[in-house]
Amino acid sequence: MSTVRLLVGTRKGAFVLTSDGKRETWNVSGPHFAGWELYHLKGSPADANRLYASQSSGWFGQLVQRSNDGGKTWEPVGNKFAYDGTPGTHKWYDGTQHPWEFKRVWHLEPSLNDPDTVYAGIEDAALFRTSDGGQNWEELPALRHTKGDLWQPGAGGMCLHTIVLDPQHKDRMYVAISAAGAFRSDDAGKTFRPINKGLKSPHELPDPDAEVGHCVHRIAIHKSRPDVLFMQKHWDVMRSDNGGDMWTEVSGNLPTDFGFPIDVHAHEPDTIYVVPIKSDSEHYPPDGKLRVYRSKSGGNEWEALTRGLPQSDCYVNVLRDAMAVDSLDKCGVYFGTTGGQVYGSSDSGENWKPIVRDLPAVLSVEAQTLP
Amino acid sequence: MIRVVLPAHLRTLARVSGEVQLDVAGEPTFLSVVDALEARYPMLRGTIRDQVTHERRPFVRFFACQEDYSLEPPETPLPNAVVKGDEPFLIVGAMAGG
Repeated sequence: MSTVRLLVGTRKGAFVLTSDGKRETWNVSGPHFAGWELYHLKGSPADANRLYASQSSGWFGQLVQRSNDGGKTWEPVGNKFAYDGTPGTHKWYDGTQHPWEFKRVWHLEPSLNDPDTVYAGIEDAALFRTSDGGQNWEELPALRHTKGDLWQPGAGGMCLHTIVLDPQHKDRMYVAISAAGAFRSDDAGKTFRPINKGLKSPHELPDPDAEVGHCVHRIAIHKSRPDVLFMQKHWDVMRSDNGGDMWTEVSGNLPTDFGFPIDVHAHEPDTIYVVPIKSDSEHYPPDGKLRVYRSKSGGNEWEALTRGLPQSDCYVNVLRDAMAVDSLDKCGVYFGTTGGQVYGSSDSGENWKPIVRDLPAVLSVEAQTLP
Repeated sequence: MIRVVLPAHLRTLARVSGEVQLDVAGEPTFLSVVDALEARYPMLRGTIRDQVTHERRPFVRFFACQEDYSLEPPETPLPNAVVKGDEPFLIVGAMAGG
């Protein structure tokens, strides 16, 4: 029977949750790296036991950990993220220019076919790559040359948080940066271009034709149809049918279109999930009801999924990397909250149960489906 | 032999318990001790000082003989009692966060 492994990053360590294909009972392992912030953990699609973890601390900086045995043991690998050449400057909160400064790794995206190749999205926003299993990291500097001097941090920092590798066009990748926008490379990172047409941010970015500056929160695709992108923006849920060349809003009947995560059903390319949050200044669900919203039509028409989720007095948030799906049939959907709960559904979101209730604030959830 | 006390998180990372003892060539300074520490425990690189700028991380402090040496130039010689091994060189995670 298949196994599902959830990799959970929290404010105070990492946890590995495993279950058989029934997904009724779960084994909890952890905390790994107790006391450290684990912004993201992810397994290699080419070798499920090869895991990478971003470990950081306000005291001791950034580490990257690697496991070769599915998270039973870990070893620290390279943690030097030096910007290419003279880093230069970007726009600061007051409009002046400010030097690029490495702060932390937000997201690790292993290559689809090589366990030793991993992309890292960092703050201040840049894209790095290792091809030796994490020992050495090199920047792909073309990204910051794509109007990087105009990028400006938002309240959460100027982080590169989303890296999507196209499974059909081997040299194509998408990245997204808070308060800078979405970018695409068609040549394995040698060049990038902004893909923000159709995004509207009238309050934060009055220029409707601005090429950069939109606050993208996350992008997701289905592997069978990678030209179709779904985006949760600061406000608005968006869709592109042409690899990001143009976006249209699909927020439809959502109670609010602010939120952080967005994900796609493993077997239904038009079934997508979001967790609406009241507003940018009130990061909790509307009306104290924790509701996942699902659209089976690729957006616009949404239904609330509430069975098993708290429907009163719930004021947690769900962060951008804290939702994932497994690839079993029926598709499992999982998300973690800033209140330390990890909820799971083994039937595509119809019914939910807490897998764990009392972890530290959850920063990220990734799901692996093992044979 | 220089005795070095690491904060708990870095002891875990370096997989050591208790004090670390280091041989440091020449006249030991704060810089040469950190160099020796990172050479013996490469996993500590970047945790005590920035790997690019080599500046001490803001919430890491250096103490010896009940004195705070955090703001001294890195080339400052270690106190005699630390060089002789009578006193440890303490690397401390600063009290921060409220």
